Amino acid sequence: MPSLLFCGPKMAACGMVISIWGVIMLGMLGIFFSTNSAVLIEDVPFTEEDIWEDKQPPQRIYALYRQVGINCFIAAAIYVAVGAISLCQVRLNKRQEYMVT
Amino acid sequence: IKMVFRSEEMCLAQLFLQSGSEYDCISELGELGLVEFRDLNPSVSSFQRRFVSEIKRCEEMERILGFLLREIQKAKIAVPQEDESPLAPPPRQVLEIMEQLQRLEMELSEVAKNKDKLQRNLLELTEYTHMLKITRTFIHSRSRKTRRGPNLISPGCSFISGLIQRVKVEAFERMLWRVCKGYTILSYTEVDESLADLDTGEISKSVVFLISFWGDQIGHKVQKICDCYHCHLYPHPENDEERADVLDSLRTRIQDLNNVLHRTDDYLRQVLQKAAESAYTWVVQVKKMKAIYHILNLCSFDVTNKCLIAEVWCPVSDLANLRGALEKGSRKGDATVPSFVNRIPSSDTPPTLLRSNKFTTGFQSIVEAYGVGDYREVSPAPYTIITFPFLFAVMFGDLGHGVIMSLFALWMVLTEKNQKKKRSSNEIWMTFFHGRYIILMMGLFSIYTGLIYNDCFSKSLNIFGSGWSVKAMFTNQQWTNKTVQTNALLTLDPNVSGVFSGPYPFGIDPIWNLAVNRLSFLNSYKMKMSVIVGVIHMSFGVVLSVFNHLHFRQKFSVYLLFLPELLFLICLFGYLVFMILYKWLAFSARNSSQAPSILIHFINMFVMQGKDVTPLYPGQTGLQVFLLLIAVMCVPVLLLGKPLYLYWQQRGGKGLRRRRFPGSPQGYERVRRVSEDDGSITSIHEEDEEEGFDEVTSREAPKQFDFADVLLHQAIHTIEFCLGCISNTASYLRLWALSLAHAQLSEVLWAMVMRLGFKVTTKVGVVFLVPVFGLFAMLTVSILLVMEGLSAFLHALRLHWVEFQNKFYHGTGVKFLPFDFSQLPSVFEQDGLL
Repeated sequence: MPSLLFCGPKMAACGMVISIWGVIMLGMLGIFFSTNSAVLIEDVPFTEEDIWEDKQPPQRIYALYRQVGINCFIAAAIYVAVGAISLCQVRLNKRQEYMVT
Repeated sequence: IKMVFRSEEMCLAQLFLQSGSEYDCISELGELGLVEFRDLNPSVSSFQRRFVSEIKRCEEMERILGFLLREIQKAKIAVPQEDESPLAPPPRQVLEIMEQLQRLEMELSEVAKNKDKLQRNLLELTEYTHMLKITRTFIHSRSRKTRRGPNLISPGCSFISGLIQRVKVEAFERMLWRVCKGYTILSYTEVDESLADLDTGEISKSVVFLISFWGDQIGHKVQKICDCYHCHLYPHPENDEERADVLDSLRTRIQDLNNVLHRTDDYLRQVLQKAAESAYTWVVQVKKMKAIYHILNLCSFDVTNKCLIAEVWCPVSDLANLRGALEKGSRKGDATVPSFVNRIPSSDTPPTLLRSNKFTTGFQSIVEAYGVGDYREVSPAPYTIITFPFLFAVMFGDLGHGVIMSLFALWMVLTEKNQKKKRSSNEIWMTFFHGRYIILMMGLFSIYTGLIYNDCFSKSLNIFGSGWSVKAMFTNQQWTNKTVQTNALLTLDPNVSGVFSGPYPFGIDPIWNLAVNRLSFLNSYKMKMSVIVGVIHMSFGVVLSVFNHLHFRQKFSVYLLFLPELLFLICLFGYLVFMILYKWLAFSARNSSQAPSILIHFINMFVMQGKDVTPLYPGQTGLQVFLLLIAVMCVPVLLLGKPLYLYWQQRGGKGLRRRRFPGSPQGYERVRRVSEDDGSITSIHEEDEEEGFDEVTSREAPKQFDFADVLLHQAIHTIEFCLGCISNTASYLRLWALSLAHAQLSEVLWAMVMRLGFKVTTKVGVVFLVPVFGLFAMLTVSILLVMEGLSAFLHALRLHWVEFQNKFYHGTGVKFLPFDFSQLPSVFEQDGLL
């Protein structure tokens, strides 16, 4: 079976760190977006019509908030996958280290 | 955590080492690392010292070990390192080790020589094989061509064949043509395989050539030319059968040679493997031996007593351990009489020793980078443990970044045993690793200030619920839908009931993150906070100088130096702090429009103009004049007080100067080799030790008191202090500046990087957020953590070194460097061989 190893030990460790950080931070951002936090208003891509042409304000803005929140959760899930790959790489690197010495 | 207030008390001691056991005693002392040896033979060159031959022997052994380690490294064998450091071998074992090493060296060089010879042989045979194969093609191809020119194989022609380097072929051909003028035919082809030239080691292409010629004279000329061009000549076979025979025999010989070479390699590897097992032990033993002989060279020989005398600086608290070590050494050695220690008085300044554990070492080293403290001076290190991370955190102040920094430092702390074993050669990493506790403290304090500034990756956290309510502006009919539609920016008025329900319980209210005038609010707050922190830090520094004055028996300094300094600082800048706090407390949202500018009032205080400005509080002008008068009166007291007092003291006072003070020169008499009776008199109480005073020197006349020198020094100190107060207070404003820069950088990074990831809302665009976050993470670490972190570290350090320490710290001492085997650098580790 061809070697599944494609990055060195340092790169795999970096991948792990960024993945864990990404999962935690994007997860929390997802929660904050879903609860319509006011501080994150600048990050929600609303337009003028979302404010003025809303029949039941602020439902459109809330819908946008929810959407961005779901985006964050999806990105966090992708980072879980990236983290799993990095973990595999770290394990493979360790095994290769044992075999060489 | 052991807090060290001032450096330890040291004493000078004489060690009398009996001639049989001196090696073992010094070995014991080296293992414990208790004392610092002084050089008793400074005028003797290193070649004339007593133990020069032993050191030469050690250096010879080191040379052989270096050669051995290089060979081991070339063969890629790992050297096992033990945790327990082996002891220095007794002198009788030394010859054994020396003999072993020499035998190994001889064996290795012989094997290397043999290998070289075999490889040369192999190269020759390989070249011969190539030559035979290629000339075969020449002969056969030529024999077909019968067109022009003389035939290569005409009767009577002789052949010379061999190999020459590719780069020389053209010149060779031209030379042949010029000399032999057509009586030779040269044909050549390049060899496919590039062969290594054994003398230079470089791999180059060679060319096989075949020269056919007629006549003996031509033959000699050709021979000479071939010699010139360093060709490797091989005999050319007469016919094909001979060629085939020679090729066969060559093949078998090459095979045999390869076998032998393999076996030689295996044998070499075996030898090196065996040597590698004990290499580490030998290296450590030789290093310790050499160190012991070096120390023995520092001692002086007392011929009459047949023992070695050493002078050491020893901490007073360690004298019992020193005696114990000497007893242990004497027992191991051969002497009948045990060695002993004798404490002697000294007027030299002892070196400074501050004990530290793995936590305080980092902070100690950043204080000592500025300067090692004077003997028995108050050390700023214990306070630095708290103030340095705090000032860093004030400039760094971000919750998210603080968490990442703390986690990184925590990882380093938890894996410190593994890291110490690995002993990486990357200097930058080692610097970070040595400062792991500092980084951990900085990270934890940054979490605290991040919560106060309410800044987490440039976003505020709403933990307790904001104290401002926008809805109240609507319910009180201040704003309508029309106001919102027609105005781009609106101001919340705290005087309207319900808008402001009270301050946020901990930190800055999160609503400020959404406000456009956020910076003007935060700037005012951070600038005032910086001045307050600065004045407190500097006052603390001035207060610490009292301890120095009292310890060095300069009680007058407390009244003539400390008091004016403190009064000057408090009356001027302490009053500024008071005004800041008063303005914060006295004015509320109702009368905030009438709140005056503190700076204007402060300036008016100095210019003594304040008639047309409404006072902050009743009686302000009177109080300010009073404080200004006190401050102005402090200056001449600071300038003239101490010189006049010392002048008076010298003329009519005690007559004998009690203690030296910085700035005036003083000669130090060396008290060496005090005889036995003096030794018994000076079993000493503390004061004389510290005063550096002795029966001997007290009989001499006191040094000349130079009034002009003292006055000049004091004038410089006064100007420095008074002007420094103003500039140093302003210098603390960097706390505001750097925290502003950090906050803005953080905000820009979020707005320009992360926001791009959120703006994309198409179905597929979701994946865009993943690399955007990766980029955000990398930029956060590289710009905000590393760059800003180093910047804040540097500025916090500068604030400590200059603004804090110049109020009380001299830092002109010498560090105590004990003779300790574990502190000795290993030459091999530096070369990367171990």
